[in-house]
Amino acid sequence: MNDGSLAALVALGAFHGLNPAMGWLFAVARGLQERSRSLVLQSLPAIAAGHAASVGAVAVLVALTRSVVATRAVAIGGGAVLVGFGLWRLLSRRHFRWVGMRISLWQLAGWSFLMSSVHGAGLMLLPVLTSSGTAPAGHDHGLASSSGSALSTGVFVTAVHTLSMFAVAGVIAVLVYEVVGLAVLRRAWFDLDRLWAVALIGAGTITAFTAW
Amino acid sequence: MPLWKPDPTFYASPRDAASAPPEKLAYVAAFDRAAEKPDAIAVLDVDPGSASYGSVVGWTELPYLGDELHHFGWNACSSALCPGSPHPHVERRYLIVPGLRSSRVYVIDTKDDPTAPKIVKTLEPDELAKRAGYSRPHTVHCGPEGLYLTALGGANGEDGPGGIALLDHTSFEVLGRWEVDRGPQHFAYDAWWHIAHDVLVASEWGTPSMIEDGVVGELLLGREYGHSLNFFDLRKRKHVQTVDLGDEHQMVLELRPAHDPTKLYGFAGVVVSVEDLSASVWVWHRDGDRWAATKVITIPAEPADPDALPPVIRPFGAVPPLVTDIDLSVDDQWLYVSCWGTGELKRYDVSDPFHPVEAGSVRIGGIVRRTPHPADPGRPLAGGPQMVEVSRDGERVYVTNSLYGSWDDQFYPDGVGAWMAKLDSTPDGFSFDERFFPSGDDFRGRRPHQTRLQGGDASSDSYCYP
Repeated sequence: MNDGSLAALVALGAFHGLNPAMGWLFAVARGLQERSRSLVLQSLPAIAAGHAASVGAVAVLVALTRSVVATRAVAIGGGAVLVGFGLWRLLSRRHFRWVGMRISLWQLAGWSFLMSSVHGAGLMLLPVLTSSGTAPAGHDHGLASSSGSALSTGVFVTAVHTLSMFAVAGVIAVLVYEVVGLAVLRRAWFDLDRLWAVALIGAGTITAFTAW
Repeated sequence: MPLWKPDPTFYASPRDAASAPPEKLAYVAAFDRAAEKPDAIAVLDVDPGSASYGSVVGWTELPYLGDELHHFGWNACSSALCPGSPHPHVERRYLIVPGLRSSRVYVIDTKDDPTAPKIVKTLEPDELAKRAGYSRPHTVHCGPEGLYLTALGGANGEDGPGGIALLDHTSFEVLGRWEVDRGPQHFAYDAWWHIAHDVLVASEWGTPSMIEDGVVGELLLGREYGHSLNFFDLRKRKHVQTVDLGDEHQMVLELRPAHDPTKLYGFAGVVVSVEDLSASVWVWHRDGDRWAATKVITIPAEPADPDALPPVIRPFGAVPPLVTDIDLSVDDQWLYVSCWGTGELKRYDVSDPFHPVEAGSVRIGGIVRRTPHPADPGRPLAGGPQMVEVSRDGERVYVTNSLYGSWDDQFYPDGVGAWMAKLDSTPDGFSFDERFFPSGDDFRGRRPHQTRLQGGDASSDSYCYP
């Protein structure tokens, strides 16, 4: 894993943490509802866990596929999938539906997993996952060990990314809850869904091109 | 195309809603009782600084006859900011307008020219019937899963049960019946929610056969109209509990939950008690782990000379107040109560919801009194304060005078007329704005019903953040 990939992982984590729809807004809402900062803080790990599960599934899947299939094919195929998904996100008028505000921390983690998956959070990491820096070491050790190291790569990528997402979402949630207030939404809540879709298409294109 | 920033008329909290810019236009549903001319959405200028203040500045007629426009609502509102499924970049631009008699639903776009709304889609009655099993659509609320549309009647030959249909947020197609398990609920009317608690409340009027040709005396005296509140789990779509107010309390209509999402109480209006013709307002609230309702306001009937009364109430020798609408200000402090029979609009301070304090009252119209508007003191008025709408900042209150075609004719047999009034409401005073009195020919022979205010009002939005 080179510095560039690490920086990219952190940056994408921050981008995901920044998006109100990825969880910090829910944490703030729960806190405001009960007038309790600790409820804001309690909600964040559950939200991060759901996000990590969604990102991790993609990361591990890509790493495992790369250990048995030519890296280039994975990158090109994955890039194409990503561009298609991004275009769908851009053009679709559907929005994620979840009914319910009174939910347990487990359900909150479930919500976060669904929200991240529907938005393709894990897919966005594809350029990092397929770049040569993350290739599993020692490809002559056979399948078992390479899938072992693939797994650890996937876990590492997920951990770095989620930690960054968690830190950014946590800082924003506490700031909004304690200082800024929700009026900030009207000024600062840009349509991240569209930006997000553009990011997916960009990530897909980069992935496919660098492998070509 | 979605917006880049949230629609400025979505407010995170009730406080934000109250402090946002005031409305400049009001949309009023107006219907032709004779069904000879199409119903219309009238657009009124409510900007006091404007030259055309208080007049009808826009008029959109429907393509059909006999819809009987009644209540209506926005396609999107502040609930779009809720954190579970946020979609803040849609726009509050379409009015979803049901025909209570025809069961058609119109989607009317107010964006390009707010004073000339355009019909962009018409849902035919069979779409509501086929997909949801309902007819006589009534109340519209923009909510967490889509648009919630209550309906009084069943469909496909069934009179009931009535209930709630769910419509898609963007395509406005009927998605289906909302209830997964309706329990014992059969009658429908209004429905709203405590959005931050996943609770839906529904009220009861009667099925189409019980209302469409007027109030049926035998059913009323037999205590057969609705008299209960029904609570549902908003998430699971399941009936949780029925709270029966007592069968003497006939017709539980308008529901006004507290706007503060941390609160779990709300107000419900009852049209008439068959024991003494009084009307009442109830507060629903939690009692341990159950729902309960407590009567907090009773408005007595006013004795009258039987000769001055229409046949429907002549035997009683009294005018029932007939509380047909109530409205709660966005700050949850003031409750406005329409007494359509006696011709009075009452204001209560409900800072303590269990102990309302009357804090103002105005008279206009009424079955016997026929009180004129101060702008035209020589003209007796029929009808009474009926649909009441409060601006988000709580300072302006709008009332219209028609209840429902066939019922208008019963209680005001010599004609209900057509008028709309506005009151200025401050902590110290509650009185008519004499500059605002669109009436008679202003409504082109139609009768005005519900008012919706530009940018949302006290009964249009729900908030996920306190």
